[in-house]
Amino acid sequence: MAIKPNTAFLTSYRIYVAAFFVFLAAPLVAAGMFAFNDSVFPSLPWQGFTLDWFFNDSEPKLGMFHDRRLLRGLYYSFVIASFVSLLSVFVGTCNAFLFVRCRFPAKDFFYIMMVVPLVIPGVILGISILLLASNIANGAEESLSLDLDFLRPGIVLVVLGQFSFITTITSLVIIARLRKFDQSMEEAAYNLGASRARVLRTITLPFLFPAMAAAGIVAFLVSFENFNTTLFLVGSEAPLTITMYDRMVKVGSTPVLNAVSFFLMVGSALLALVSILVQRDKPQT
Amino acid sequence: MMQNDIKRLSLFLLFAPFALWIILLIVLPHLGMFYISLQEKVGPRVYEFGLANYINFFNEPIYWNTLIRTGSMSMLVTVLALLLGFPIAYYIAKIAGNRTRGALFLMCLIPLWVSDLIRAFGWILLLRETGIISSSLQWAGLINTPIEFLYNDAAVIMGLVYTVILFMIVPLVSTLDGMDNSMIEAGYNLGGNGPTVLRRIIIPYAMPGIVSGCIVVFMLTAGSYLTPILLGGKNSSWFTEQIYDQFITRYNWESGAAFGFLLLAFTSLVIWGGLKLSGQTLNSTVARS
Amino acid sequence: MQSITENDLECIQIQKHFGSVRAVDNVSFEIPKGSFFSILGPSGCGKTTLMRMIAGFEQPSSGDIRIKGNSVIGTPPNRRNVKMVFQHLALFPMMNVYENIAYGLRCAGASKDVIRTKVHDVLERISLPDVANREITQLSGGQKQRIAIARCMVLDPDVLLLDEPLGALDLKLREAMKIELKLLQHQFDTTFVYITHDQSEALVMSDNVAIMNEGKFVQIGTPQELYHNPTAAFVAGFVGDTNRWAGRVIRAENGTVEVETEAGLTMRGSVRGSGAPGVGDTVSAFVRPEFITAEKTTGQPKVADQTHNVISGKIDSILFNGANSRALVRDRAGELIEADVVLTGGTQDLKPKDDVTLSWSCEQTMSFKG
Repeated sequence: MAIKPNTAFLTSYRIYVAAFFVFLAAPLVAAGMFAFNDSVFPSLPWQGFTLDWFFNDSEPKLGMFHDRRLLRGLYYSFVIASFVSLLSVFVGTCNAFLFVRCRFPAKDFFYIMMVVPLVIPGVILGISILLLASNIANGAEESLSLDLDFLRPGIVLVVLGQFSFITTITSLVIIARLRKFDQSMEEAAYNLGASRARVLRTITLPFLFPAMAAAGIVAFLVSFENFNTTLFLVGSEAPLTITMYDRMVKVGSTPVLNAVSFFLMVGSALLALVSILVQRDKPQT
Repeated sequence: MMQNDIKRLSLFLLFAPFALWIILLIVLPHLGMFYISLQEKVGPRVYEFGLANYINFFNEPIYWNTLIRTGSMSMLVTVLALLLGFPIAYYIAKIAGNRTRGALFLMCLIPLWVSDLIRAFGWILLLRETGIISSSLQWAGLINTPIEFLYNDAAVIMGLVYTVILFMIVPLVSTLDGMDNSMIEAGYNLGGNGPTVLRRIIIPYAMPGIVSGCIVVFMLTAGSYLTPILLGGKNSSWFTEQIYDQFITRYNWESGAAFGFLLLAFTSLVIWGGLKLSGQTLNSTVARS
Repeated sequence: MQSITENDLECIQIQKHFGSVRAVDNVSFEIPKGSFFSILGPSGCGKTTLMRMIAGFEQPSSGDIRIKGNSVIGTPPNRRNVKMVFQHLALFPMMNVYENIAYGLRCAGASKDVIRTKVHDVLERISLPDVANREITQLSGGQKQRIAIARCMVLDPDVLLLDEPLGALDLKLREAMKIELKLLQHQFDTTFVYITHDQSEALVMSDNVAIMNEGKFVQIGTPQELYHNPTAAFVAGFVGDTNRWAGRVIRAENGTVEVETEAGLTMRGSVRGSGAPGVGDTVSAFVRPEFITAEKTTGQPKVADQTHNVISGKIDSILFNGANSRALVRDRAGELIEADVVLTGGTQDLKPKDDVTLSWSCEQTMSFKG
């Protein structure tokens, strides 16, 4: 531990840290708690505890598990996030091998290119992909009279749009892990008689697996919560965040949104915890 | 030799997904956006090549005012996030005990996995006229009539700081974590006091983390859409709103593309300037984490 | 046709270039069956490259490597019956001890029963019968070492390569493992090729040692030969502790030379190595500390004669290390000379500031041309 400053200073420092965490928690608590308030408005005073906003099946207190539009949004979010995480983990793993193991010209430049999508504003990513896709689709329709439906706003574009920057995240996670890999382990396996494919299957991939799983979970969560990029690419199959936003703007805030928020927060927290647990190495004894 | 062929083949196979991703989803769309932004609409479905969309932007003060406002507020948010976040990161990395350290770091991460939308929603519930803070103050007798805390610049800035501060803390913690405590002790041992050790030893060491955090925070802030709209209301004048407006409301894609490109150019310029000033490179900061 | 040979491993004029750097330069040697062979050299001398070529991870630029008489050039590492213990062991952390040892057998397609028998057999032989189900992280440093060897030995290799495997251990354990490795080698009766920069490891364990420097083998011999009859100045200086003087020959006659050192001492020495130095040639003279006798100077000083060099000096400091204690003596020219001394703890012991007379045999003054 570093040298500790004097007690008065340390106490006020601790108070600041505590205040900061209260600040962090406040809106999450606010968003979560009204899910259990037995009132049609998400505001004080407290009217008593209820689970209606999750399970009730009739208006005016239609619970989220009976709200067909919210459930559809949840389903689309799930489908999109699954595709995005599978794709981005695959490409991220390829990128990790490419940047850790291969030597090729202008590697530094390409590495920067790999990182750049993370710092491009999501709104710009969304519109630029939308523009390109629409232009290609229009061009194909006019000159070839082909109907390239998948290039119109919809699930495919949303997946591609999210994939475009989430892959940077998965690549960085997997690259960090592959860098820690002791390459003499591969040589040892090879020396013990394993074929290259077997070395990859039994040594390298098992070593990478925790990072791949963690990257997949991160990708899933980031995709699930994404709004900025999705907004421009969405078609009729709106994922949950878009549905919620629509509801918020058009209907105003109702406690069912709190219920969804609570559900998402708990789900994300659990998944994030899993991702941390799989990444943790076996304890040294 | 055969081994060389195998190497070349695997390089090609590994490079292909990378190239497809970067070219099809990043490079081409941006080139396309740039190209479209140079199209002038001269009549229904008739376009000419020219700078009209950009000229239009500079002729209309409301547009470039918004961009400058977005930029300066983003910088303010970045500075605030750094000032508020650095002590937290230092506490987690250097002062907290081993067990609390992990817990605090996790607590920092959990809001990261909660959607922007939910976080903004939480703030709305807290800050609006009928919100928790206003009603609590009324209940405590401190105010007589409900107060609207929402829909002003302070709310927007606070919401943005809240949204992005984690991206400042995480790289800072990992940089400070890698710093040997004996460096700080040596600083004191050699006669330094708190401020000089901070200024001469800790901050220079943490510089890559600071710069990396600032870049990500600035980009996220300038590119954010949801928080300014929801917390600032319709007149929050955030530049992404203008872009959305051009695209969706006015259906003027050419001008929207030009706006998008301007935002990209502007933020890149700010980051390039920041890197030059701090003497860091993109490779040594963001790419490192 | 297969050549009939008793050698497990032969290297014939191996060369390896990295660009213009010659990492391994024209190395030839052969290792008879069942012996412990060490390659000893300073870091960067090319010994690791040589070993990686034997294992198949690198291809020699020219030359031939034969295992049991058959050339293995072009054979990939996984098809060579040469197994390797890595510097940091490279045990697989995601598998337990049993799976680590079974790995090679599984790759070879052995049946489950065979694998079980062989793994337990090899664990028995390294005297760790109960660790099969342990995780790698639960093993001690010495146990890991033995598991790494067992993982290779279970495959009955023709040659086992060991790349400085003791480097990561602490001193005590390293001493113990030296003996253990030697015993294991006897027990398995397999050719071990051991790479190290630590001369004591090489001298203690090996039947034969090759001294390597700048990509070349300087001398191959038994540890005793290398120690007592080095054929090159590099070997004399690298193996064992030694006093070293650079000087010029002032007289030369059949096998002995009289040398004037740069600091102005004269001494007689025996010519070693190749090339007979003539008058005026530069030579390096080496004398090991244990061959120098230090006595307190008394009234009747000894004088140098045909067979002994004698100089006087004053003790600068005593380095006490039990039976290996040593005196640092400053001679009149101001140089420090190391001499082994016996310290019994009595009043007769040498102390700093004592005037002493150093004497050593001319035969033990190994002089090399150049």
